[in-house]
Amino acid sequence: MSTTVTATSEAPVFYEVDEHPHPEGHSTALGFWIYLMSDCLIFAILFATFGVLGGNYAAGPGPRDLFDLNLVALNTTMLLLSSITYGFAMLAMDKERVKATQVWLVITAVFGLAFLSIELYEFHHMIHEGAGPQRSAFLSAFFTLVGTHGLHVTFGIIWLVTLLVQVQKRGLITANKRRLMCLSMFWHFLDVVWIGVFTFVYLLGMLR
Amino acid sequence: MSANAHNDAHGHDVHHELGVAHGSMSGYMTGFILSVILTAVPFWLVMSGKIGNPTWTAAIVMVFAVVQIVVHMIYFLHMNFKSEGGWNMLALVFTLIVVGIALAGSLWVMYHLNTNMMPSHDMRQML
Repeated sequence: MSTTVTATSEAPVFYEVDEHPHPEGHSTALGFWIYLMSDCLIFAILFATFGVLGGNYAAGPGPRDLFDLNLVALNTTMLLLSSITYGFAMLAMDKERVKATQVWLVITAVFGLAFLSIELYEFHHMIHEGAGPQRSAFLSAFFTLVGTHGLHVTFGIIWLVTLLVQVQKRGLITANKRRLMCLSMFWHFLDVVWIGVFTFVYLLGMLR
Repeated sequence: MSANAHNDAHGHDVHHELGVAHGSMSGYMTGFILSVILTAVPFWLVMSGKIGNPTWTAAIVMVFAVVQIVVHMIYFLHMNFKSEGGWNMLALVFTLIVVGIALAGSLWVMYHLNTNMMPSHDMRQML
């Protein structure tokens, strides 16, 4: 018996024996960041697809025939403004100012909706001209890449409205702050992806 | 509930518990102004065609994009080497490596596939 006890006490411990505290949500930021990185991989593959297929017009219209850089510049402005207004919402949240947080979030949603409307107008215009996703490999890749980004923005707006309701009902409790922080990362991340889109799809497309 | 009460009592501690700093007004404004400049210049370069050579314009536009992505990462996403004990940065570096391999590999392989699989003569000679 005594040998067993000695063996147990001398055996190396491969795990933490003592329980340490796991406050609720303490790893959410890292977990959400890793989700964003996986999303980044999705976009990378879509960018690679566009890079490979972007020149295959199938004798159809190319970027110069389809893209209106003034519209893209306006769209970029909308998304950039929504990014900074979300930043203001986070600053208001830090100061525990519920009303200001809500106002900035609503402004962010409005800019987000403006971005989506302009994008949908552009898509509608292109499809109306016969340059839909089925026209050529270039257009399939274009609609997949830009459309996926647009879908992300759509879900971001739905999430934002959900959080507006949450903040209205429960105020700026810790859980809501955590959620708003996650959405802020998501929102700024979408702006980062858009930098890639307007550079590689639109600007470089016009130079092809 | 007690956890909430604890956090609310130490509101300024929430950042540390969330693991991410929220930045400051000056930080957001710096990021915003830099972003506006870094967006406006490439648009202007392409739309005005100031640089005659498209290859050079493309290269400069891409440099602006990379710089703007870094600006967004620092001022809007608050990336640094310390957040989450460096795990954020580690995940980012890993992702960038995978993205780099995926992008460079796809473009390289498919470009060579296209050039090598194409008929070497052009179609007009077949008529």
